[in-house]
Amino acid sequence: MKTARVRKLTGMVMFGLTSLCTLITVSSLFFILGYLLWHGLASINWAFFTQVPKPPGEVGGGMANAIVGSIELILLATLMGVPVGFLAGVYLSEFGGERFSFVIRFTTDLLNGVPSIVVGILAWALVVVPLGHFSLFAGAVALSVIFIPIAVRTTEQFLQDVPQSLREASLALGAPKWKTIASVVVPAALGPLGTGMLLAVARIAGETAPLLFTSFSNSFWNLSPSRPAASLPVTIFEYAISPYADWHRQAWAAGLVLLALVLLLNVSARILMSTRYGYRG
Amino acid sequence: MTAATKLEKTGTLTKASEGAATAATAKLCVSGLNFYYGAKQALYDVSLEIEANRITALIGPSGCGKSTFLRVLNRMHEMVRGSRVEGSVYLDGQNIFELDVTALRRRVGMVFQRANPFPKSIFENVAYGLRVNGLCSRAMLADEVEKSLRRAALWEEVKDQLHKPAYALSGGQQQRLCIARALAIDPEVLLLDEPSSALDPIATSKIEELLFELKKTCTVVIVTHNMQQAARIGDRTGFFLLGRLVEIGETSKIFQNPSRKETEDYITGRFG
Repeated sequence: MKTARVRKLTGMVMFGLTSLCTLITVSSLFFILGYLLWHGLASINWAFFTQVPKPPGEVGGGMANAIVGSIELILLATLMGVPVGFLAGVYLSEFGGERFSFVIRFTTDLLNGVPSIVVGILAWALVVVPLGHFSLFAGAVALSVIFIPIAVRTTEQFLQDVPQSLREASLALGAPKWKTIASVVVPAALGPLGTGMLLAVARIAGETAPLLFTSFSNSFWNLSPSRPAASLPVTIFEYAISPYADWHRQAWAAGLVLLALVLLLNVSARILMSTRYGYRG
Repeated sequence: MTAATKLEKTGTLTKASEGAATAATAKLCVSGLNFYYGAKQALYDVSLEIEANRITALIGPSGCGKSTFLRVLNRMHEMVRGSRVEGSVYLDGQNIFELDVTALRRRVGMVFQRANPFPKSIFENVAYGLRVNGLCSRAMLADEVEKSLRRAALWEEVKDQLHKPAYALSGGQQQRLCIARALAIDPEVLLLDEPSSALDPIATSKIEELLFELKKTCTVVIVTHNMQQAARIGDRTGFFLLGRLVEIGETSKIFQNPSRKETEDYITGRFG
């Protein structure tokens, strides 16, 4: 009888513990969301999206340059990262020998685990130092280094999920291997591949550390990749540690915009995922 | 060879097969074939001839090597890492291991155990092989697709829904679609690896009728688990056991008067 009671008690305690931890996990997101909405919503106005920052101490102005800078950084990094990551993933899934693939996989995972500030140092040494100044391009290089290993592994994984029988069907029709990959394997995985790439984009969108000494920051408009550029994460950092109350408010607003952007990317990725192995004429 | 001469040939063959001696030409000539998956040997010294424009059925218990043998005939085994072949296979006198592998597979088509249509439309599935071979003209593609679907006895069922996804078809229709896809590039030999094992009896009988039609223009090799199927459709039957070809001959002889005891035991259901 005693053991039965102990068992029942243990069961209840475990249930309580697991529920509590789940609650902590889920509530973290809602806490962040709520806190950002509370502080940020009040500071979001038309000027925030259309104006560049006012000089320090002056009330008003916005982050239009940082929003555009962030978008340009992400686009450029994606443009560099997608082809490299995708093709390396194709190699890993379709061509790599067993031992060699293991080495590449291991290397990719290590690269994925490199702290992002260290990636920033790499881009600084490779791009900023030779060019002699900070630039948006350097920031994009840093972000693409973070993007690539994620893209490689998701590409590999989703191509591996394509049934072997489809490859066989194509090869048995006398299609060469490259044709099989290009016309059967990749199209069959297009939905999930898009999802994987979008999630990788979402991941780099919020990175701050690699940009600190690559794209740096800029209080003015800049679209040129060869000049320093403002980005949302770095601007949040700068504004948050500034002594001005108005900048603090704007940092909240920027946090909200950045979070909205990342959530949007995540949600689009999930929607794309639902078309998994769907029909494409 | 034109279709007409092929037809005549089939006519004489059918008559000849009723007698004892056949003057059929060998389409594929296999001799001394050993096959290894890594260190494990899967086929031992297999030698046989596949006669042109006839249906050769290969039977035997699971794991006896019949599917492996079939895959060697169009070198699909090369997809498996660590596989190795010894011996020779000649297609019309040409060593298949010296041919370009894509060229070989265009001549020797294959239909698999599970229907494996591409996640594309019905039309695109059949057109795929043609496109790979460089046929681009829309009108010609449409013609060839129709012809292949007719040959696979599927045209009437799908002619109004060519642009629907192939996955919307039933299992039996999907398998006939895969046959149509293989036929589109006009192979000389068609290999079928238990094509109806996942199908119901009605779908199975449709595929069998189809094979009878096909042998007029093409040489058919079919691996089957089902002895009744081999007896129904095979002109010749080969029996595999533990990686060896025990016996091959006219189907009537194999089923009524086998020369080897193992064959008789298997056919009468004493094992397997």
